[in-house]
Amino acid sequence: MASLWEYANPVKFMRLSGWLMPVSALLAAGLIATGLVWGFFFTEADYRQGATVKIIFLHVPAALMAINAWAMMLIASLIWLVRRHHVSALAAKAAGPIGATMTLIALITGAIWGQPMWGTWWEWDPRLTSFLILFLFYLGYIALWSAIEDADTAADLTAILCLVGSVFAALSRYAALFWNQGLHQGASLSVAPGTRMDWAYKAPLYLCMAGFGLLFLALVLAGTRTEIRARRARALMTRERARA
Amino acid sequence: MPDLGPYAAEVTLAYAVSLGLIAALILWSWARARRVRRELAALETRTTRG
Repeated sequence: MASLWEYANPVKFMRLSGWLMPVSALLAAGLIATGLVWGFFFTEADYRQGATVKIIFLHVPAALMAINAWAMMLIASLIWLVRRHHVSALAAKAAGPIGATMTLIALITGAIWGQPMWGTWWEWDPRLTSFLILFLFYLGYIALWSAIEDADTAADLTAILCLVGSVFAALSRYAALFWNQGLHQGASLSVAPGTRMDWAYKAPLYLCMAGFGLLFLALVLAGTRTEIRARRARALMTRERARA
Repeated sequence: MPDLGPYAAEVTLAYAVSLGLIAALILWSWARARRVRRELAALETRTTRG
């Protein structure tokens, strides 16, 4: 069986991602389109939330990916710090803008839902606040990559930033359980016994969650391929300058 | 269109903003990939000629 570490080789990674990226993109498009059309057009309004319940099909998958993107960046950063595989550092870099976009979608859709349901666009609630800090960490992470010219130094420093930011990614996930004084409700989906949500909502929500996961995979693979090419272009430019 | 009742503006806004942001992310990713691929191809042609 092929070892996972084989894909730290850029040539092998390009070969694998060459077919995996379009396949996951197509599956993501199909799942998201089905989930959103089902959720938007064919689910009933909730007896308390009215039609705003339809926002859940965007808010929950985006929030899930916002946290999972950071978790993926953490694993990739640790691999870089321990094993110095460039592909892992570049994959973490590629995930930054995607995670930031997902966090922004979660914050905006949450605010739009919160205004009619809680009577406020924003509240300094533990989960909302930790999500805002996570978004700022994403911006800092992207800015740090752009600010440092030497790629290895940038990978080292952003990996450290990623380790620190992981505290807020974990807080974003578990804040609603740690602190009970917040406005944000507990988990909508859980493996614990008891019904939290009817299948009429759960089925399209699961489709959207799977679709967002595959969209993230496709975009990370595409971004990593671009970063590998950009790295090779920088190396060629340096060689060209040295010759001149 | 489904009947969104009194929350039509909120639901429509949430979908428009989210899908707009996802579309912008995909377009940015595609445009950057195309630019980098072209730059690399030009550099490779130059260095193999030289």
